[in-house]
Amino acid sequence: MELTNSLTLIVPELILSISGLILLLIAAWGGNEASRPVSIASCIALGGAFFLVAPSVCAGASGPDTIAFGGQFRADAFAGLAKLMIYVAAGAALVVAPAYFDRAKAMRPEFAILVLFAALGMSIMVSAADLLTLYIGLELNSLAAYVLAAYLRDDDKSAEAGLKYFVLGALASGILLFGMSLLYGFAGTTSFSGINLAMAGGLSGGLLFGMIFVLAGMAFKVSAVPFHMWTPDVYEGAPTPVTAFFASAPKVAAVALTGRLALEAFGSQADAWQQIVTFAALASIVVGALGAIGQENIKRLLAYSSINNVGFILVGLATASIAGTSAMMIYLAFYVAMTIGSFVALLMLKDEDGNYLETFGDIAGLSTTRPALAWCLLLLMFSLAGIPPLMGFYGKWMVFQAAVEADLLLLAVFGIAASVIGAFYYIKFIKVMFFDEPVDRVKGLSDWAHWALLVIATAVISPVAFLATNWLVNLTDMAAASLSFAG
Amino acid sequence: MTGFPILSIMLLVPFGCAMACFFLDAKTARVLALTATLIDLVLGILLWANFDIGGAQWQFTERADLFGGFEWALGIDGIALMLIMLSVFLMPICIGASWHSITKRVGEYMAAFLFMEVLMIGTFAAQDLYLFYIFFEAGLIPMYLIIGIWGGSDRIYASYKFFLYTLLGSVLMFIAMLWMVNEAGTSSIPALMQYDFPAEAQTWLWLAFFSSFAVKMPMWPVHTWLPAAHVQAPTAGSVILAGVLLKLGGYGFIRFSLPMFPEASAQFMWLIFILSMAAVVLTSLIALVQHDMKKLIAYSSVAHMAIVTVGLFSFNVQGLEGAMIVMLSHGLVSGALFLCVGVIYDRLHTREIDRYGGLSINMKYYALFFMLFTMASIGLPGTSGFVGEFLSLAGIYQVSSVVAFVCTIGIILGAAYMLYLYRRVAFGEQKNADAAAMPDLNLREWLMLGPIAAAVLWMGVYPESFLAPMRNDIAMLDARIARAARAGDAHLEIGEPAPVEVVEAHGEAH
Repeated sequence: MELTNSLTLIVPELILSISGLILLLIAAWGGNEASRPVSIASCIALGGAFFLVAPSVCAGASGPDTIAFGGQFRADAFAGLAKLMIYVAAGAALVVAPAYFDRAKAMRPEFAILVLFAALGMSIMVSAADLLTLYIGLELNSLAAYVLAAYLRDDDKSAEAGLKYFVLGALASGILLFGMSLLYGFAGTTSFSGINLAMAGGLSGGLLFGMIFVLAGMAFKVSAVPFHMWTPDVYEGAPTPVTAFFASAPKVAAVALTGRLALEAFGSQADAWQQIVTFAALASIVVGALGAIGQENIKRLLAYSSINNVGFILVGLATASIAGTSAMMIYLAFYVAMTIGSFVALLMLKDEDGNYLETFGDIAGLSTTRPALAWCLLLLMFSLAGIPPLMGFYGKWMVFQAAVEADLLLLAVFGIAASVIGAFYYIKFIKVMFFDEPVDRVKGLSDWAHWALLVIATAVISPVAFLATNWLVNLTDMAAASLSFAG
Repeated sequence: MTGFPILSIMLLVPFGCAMACFFLDAKTARVLALTATLIDLVLGILLWANFDIGGAQWQFTERADLFGGFEWALGIDGIALMLIMLSVFLMPICIGASWHSITKRVGEYMAAFLFMEVLMIGTFAAQDLYLFYIFFEAGLIPMYLIIGIWGGSDRIYASYKFFLYTLLGSVLMFIAMLWMVNEAGTSSIPALMQYDFPAEAQTWLWLAFFSSFAVKMPMWPVHTWLPAAHVQAPTAGSVILAGVLLKLGGYGFIRFSLPMFPEASAQFMWLIFILSMAAVVLTSLIALVQHDMKKLIAYSSVAHMAIVTVGLFSFNVQGLEGAMIVMLSHGLVSGALFLCVGVIYDRLHTREIDRYGGLSINMKYYALFFMLFTMASIGLPGTSGFVGEFLSLAGIYQVSSVVAFVCTIGIILGAAYMLYLYRRVAFGEQKNADAAAMPDLNLREWLMLGPIAAAVLWMGVYPESFLAPMRNDIAMLDARIARAARAGDAHLEIGEPAPVEVVEAHGEAH
């Protein structure tokens, strides 16, 4: 009976893993010709998983009914909401990839399968309620991600990105594992609730060290300062569709996992980790903003921008409150839309031979030559800068509102003041596109799928989306409430 | 929601037309933009005509719970009504000013202006703190584009400066807003205007709001973005910047800082006075040595705005009414002056004062209008400028005769630089042949300057039309802040004669 219940709860993950395995076989026999059907099938699998998860999110699933495998796995609304974002982001990466890789004659079916397995790993991550599940999900995602970063293996930059990501990622996993072993040693259990119970009795040195190491490992995965150094290099080197994927889905998974860890496993000692998260948040905002200023390469700039955004997301976590967690999820939702939108737009910047352009020099005066693309990018950039009435502002608003309610006034003041530094390079983006003399290098045409993704992403962050905020806030509130707060 | 949602419609009309302008060719976009602004002008007149003077404080209220965290709540009092009228009155003129001078990307230009109109009306009509902030701050986007795309040679520096200065000021205000809503439990502006925040918190909140409004106003010494932005913006951009956007700061003070934080306002009164006195004298002196007409008018704007701030913080009815009238008057007059510069800039493509001279000979109607607006800027009786400055100074004299004295010096300096400007442009000999060959005003320019001239005279001769809708609101505000007002140095009250009996009793005791 218990097994049946558990299996019902993990149906989305089952779909992903079974379809991944079947597609692997098809790819092995079908060869490169199978890449398109495999991509489509992967999209369908992700879509299927999406629609299976959606009802539990809308219903705000929580409580004992969501626990599977004796507390190893939780399919609550919080995990569900993160999964929805992950599946959407993974699907978007699959949609934009073929056009990019076809050019390099590198479109092979394993790309879609790797994304599928990465999505599965992330799905397990966000549902993890035990250190073991956490590690399995994390590594399943990371292994797929290392390969994806080095996917264009003939390309030096891509190979370098893959190697860097692998070495540093392995280091982070090591740190994480070390922390986990300490936690297990001092708490005597690997389950989040058990650790929480052990911590409630007092924070011994071993538990404290374990917690810090685990959080450091997670900070690496979300690329929060001071564990952010790999991000710009990997983002720049990896093929652009892969970068789009890295910047969206794994961020959601890692942030959601960090949130669950911090609140469910370490919730009884929130004071101890709040200062760590506060520092990481402020440092990420500042470093992300300052680092981006000098960048000429747009991918690198977006990498720093993602560090900057993670800082704002962590402000929500630093509050250690339901409102803060809810705000974090709202921010993530709009962050995913902004990231996908800006990377899709980046993929649409091609010269007449179809070569991809990625520096500021190439997009000078884009607004006169390609007005629709430029206006979409303008909205995305103002949204990233957090200027109302775009939805990036709404995310920042919710996060800072939670911070003010939790009496973290200094964090809020410094965080928002530092966001002005960030605005500087976002408006530089707009200055280049709108104020500079046109160079007219962007000539290549893009297919309808790119346009559709760009328009959807822009619509999501446009002021129209204010009308959906009531509904969204309700969803994220339920999701945040479904975490078992121990504080 | 009561009755016809006229405010929402005033927002929707330009918004819809702005979206359409993106897809239209230049000619249609111009006509559409003009139509939209004229419709809004008509709606604005209806608004004024139906405004019940002496009725409820908030009229035309609309409320819809559409969003998570804030409400679509609109409504106006007399102060907001007057500022909305100013916006809808200037907008068609701005479109007219750009009719021929803007030739590239006309559709986008018109869209940016219509968005500006939406945001300005929204800012004045918002009754929810967050809704106000969204409208207030969103104005950065179109203004950044207007300066950056259609501006002059140094436009990029100016647009950055404008954007980052105003953004930094505003985000601090936003944190203060979050705190206020958390403390008071409501984001409704009318409710917050009645809420008494603890005095020590007021200090911080006031400073946060000040950081935003002082930049928008702009007050000395954070005014440096204004000359840069004005000089580089196209004519219509300058008109809207000087005419309406600068009023957002004053509106913020009168709507938020004063009624919500009266104690802190009294505490920081002298900060405002010192900055304003510095602005009046220093920027007037700077204006005196300018060679660029737009820069000169921009500096004069800073000086006029300083008169507004001293009036606002004089804590009495005269000062507040005077500040409002200076704002309205300055909106019209400086807008008109920028248009006057635009008229000759369109002909000669330079703003150098020395390139002109003797225009009263070949452009006599132009010289007449320019004269009228110059006099209004100086504050000659019979023009709108006089009424506002007189009331403001009367208000401030009750508080501090020193401040009144310094501000009066500023006004004399104002007369000096404006008359000097006028002499160099309109009088003297026609030393430049190309300037001497310029034709006089055409019909379009008549239609732009004529209505403003009429409004300036109306406000100067019969200011009651403009004061009446605001009277109740200002009286209410005065009552609200009276508890924090300080006694001024100019109240020379006749003392009671010393009671004789007491002296005698005193003497007897010896």
